[in-house]
Amino acid sequence: MSHYKMHLLVCAGTGCQSSQSGLIHEMLKDELDRKGLKEDVQVIKTGCFGFCERGPIVKILPDNTFYTEVKPEDIREIVDEHLIKGRRVHRLLYLDPETEEHILDSKKMGFYKKQLRIALRNCGIIDPENIDEAIGRDAYQALGMVLTRHTPEETIEIIKRSGLRGRGGAGFPTGIKWEIARRNSADQKYVVCNADEGDPGAFMDRSILEGDPHSILEAMAICGYCIGATKGLIYIRAEYPLAIKRLKIAIRQAREYGLLGEDILGTGFRFDINLRYGAGAFVCGEETALIHSMEGKRGEPSNKPPFPAARGYLGKPTNVNNVETFANIPVILLKGVEWFSSIGTERSKGTKVFALAGKINNVGLIEVPMGITLREIIYEIGGGIKGGKRFKAVQTGGPSGGCLTEKHLDTPIDYESLTAAGSMMGSGGMIVLDEDDCMVSVAKFYLDFIVEESCGKCAPCRIGNRRLYEILERICDGKGTGEDLEKLYNLANVIKDTSLCGLGQTSPNPVLSTLNNFPEEYREHAVDKKCRSGKCRNLLYYVIDDENCVGCMACVRVCPVNAITGARKQTHFIHQDKCIKCGSCMDKCQFDAIGLKSDYDRHTVSILVN
Amino acid sequence: MTGIKTLADLKRKQEEVRREIDLRRRAEEPDSLVQVKVAMATCGIASGAKIVMDLFVRELPRRGIEAVVTQTGCMGYCFAEPTVEITLPGKEPIVFGYVDAHKVDEIIEHYIKQGELVDGIIPQNYNTIAEPD
Repeated sequence: MSHYKMHLLVCAGTGCQSSQSGLIHEMLKDELDRKGLKEDVQVIKTGCFGFCERGPIVKILPDNTFYTEVKPEDIREIVDEHLIKGRRVHRLLYLDPETEEHILDSKKMGFYKKQLRIALRNCGIIDPENIDEAIGRDAYQALGMVLTRHTPEETIEIIKRSGLRGRGGAGFPTGIKWEIARRNSADQKYVVCNADEGDPGAFMDRSILEGDPHSILEAMAICGYCIGATKGLIYIRAEYPLAIKRLKIAIRQAREYGLLGEDILGTGFRFDINLRYGAGAFVCGEETALIHSMEGKRGEPSNKPPFPAARGYLGKPTNVNNVETFANIPVILLKGVEWFSSIGTERSKGTKVFALAGKINNVGLIEVPMGITLREIIYEIGGGIKGGKRFKAVQTGGPSGGCLTEKHLDTPIDYESLTAAGSMMGSGGMIVLDEDDCMVSVAKFYLDFIVEESCGKCAPCRIGNRRLYEILERICDGKGTGEDLEKLYNLANVIKDTSLCGLGQTSPNPVLSTLNNFPEEYREHAVDKKCRSGKCRNLLYYVIDDENCVGCMACVRVCPVNAITGARKQTHFIHQDKCIKCGSCMDKCQFDAIGLKSDYDRHTVSILVN
Repeated sequence: MTGIKTLADLKRKQEEVRREIDLRRRAEEPDSLVQVKVAMATCGIASGAKIVMDLFVRELPRRGIEAVVTQTGCMGYCFAEPTVEITLPGKEPIVFGYVDAHKVDEIIEHYIKQGELVDGIIPQNYNTIAEPD
């Protein structure tokens, strides 16, 4: 039995590791060694705490002290002050932005108050590279229970009744998916874990795999038992090296313990898991494309039916679930259907993990019960908009999703409500935009991503999205017309209706939802040729400030296209129709009289010109 | 590593490792558990606070009490070191002075288990500018 009085948890997620948490961990161990505290204090590397905004995180238990932005040079102070003398190092504590007080107990932080961690239950609590810690927190208990006490049919029934739906995006009921895969008989079936997380700014699945890999292995084995499969495959992108490393360690340890392999827990059930690497293509998150990629073929989707549950990997029945979906399975089985289905809304049960990013104070990973509102997520958990700016929109569901605006702030979030609002749950990326963001540029950004990631198999997605992108580019360049807006709308709908796979069908969503929610911004870009946020460079204008201009003629002389007129000692004037926006005049002006503005005085200009 | 061949094996393994990481579970809900704070400043340590703390850490789980044992700085009662502050769920904290191995036993058996007060209580005779965390 251990006599550790304190546990030091150092975040070793990808975010914190990139800001030296590895070194911090080493130094803590060294320092404790030197101070003779090795026997009293245990130091563990854990998965993501979610509060990536202020990493690296060091948490001290049992007093729940939460140190943020810890640097290697702070280590000695933490050990001397906190561990030896029992005094917290106040300057490293999280400062509540509202009360301006240091928060001693992490449970009182706004970021954690509204969260409910089910899929992330072990992230930031256990050492993901040590199977014992996972076992101490109930890992493989659900598998043991299912294997010894329930038939596959009973287990599937439990999952069905829990109301768990796929967390990868579409929200298909997991129990039904398993049931279909079970019904199809074959000599071999496969369980596939979809860890191809492709949305820009999303890192939910990665964090679960990095922080609690055993929960996925266990759930895959349970799924194998339910559908009658003995082989599991995790399709993970090669750009997740840390997740791959921890998965490999977890699989090895589980095999050594006999929790994977032949005759698991003496029940005769056998199941093993291997990894398959993807090259990081967005389309491979679509299950048919994913299966093709695993078979060594091109990562292109194919028509459904046949569904993978009938003919999947190597032509055999295959059940594909997302990482987060799997992470929920063991808890549901252990804690029961009633518990799980009491969380969430009528049709969306449980919780959802979101990756908060963009113009928000607390960038990070959160898990909240379904039915929470966007306002709670953004203002309470996320701590509001950076720099006190105004909230404009939030893009959910990544490039396949859409944006939600102020009027959606109080809508309870679930699969249906997000779809009704013109977005989707998606895998859980949440990018917050503020008043400085140009919605046309945002749509263009996502479309650029789609054009890049389209596999090219079907024409609507391959060609249609390219044309959409060109129209947006034209509008942002100030060469758009009112007609373009109609074209955008029609083309987007054609792509939506005629594309082959889910990626294509949802690809115009960012355009459609921004068009619907911000029509006036599109109109300004295309017709008035102005961008209110000043993001579109070609829609900015060099304008002379009458008060500052002394009439020195410097700009008039330097302008290469003679777009500036004016006499000595009189205010000069830039003719926007001639201006090529080279910026020479602004560089030359010594009186700060020339500025780049999102609009110019059109009224005066028309009088002058006429 | 030895294999886990049956569900009973798995349960046994879980029991074994759970104790090691139990502190992390307990830390999630400190208010519902017995909280023990041992004053571990120079004066406390010199009078044997480390031994007292070790005793609490070892004895509480052994006697089946779910508790969170933390260390704190000097409480100011240097004359009565080692001092220990005990907070039972839902009750006001109580500070005990002159704690030794024998006293630890008495505190656990009488105060923590049965809520009976024992000798050696130091009345709290000051206010702090902020609510203690």
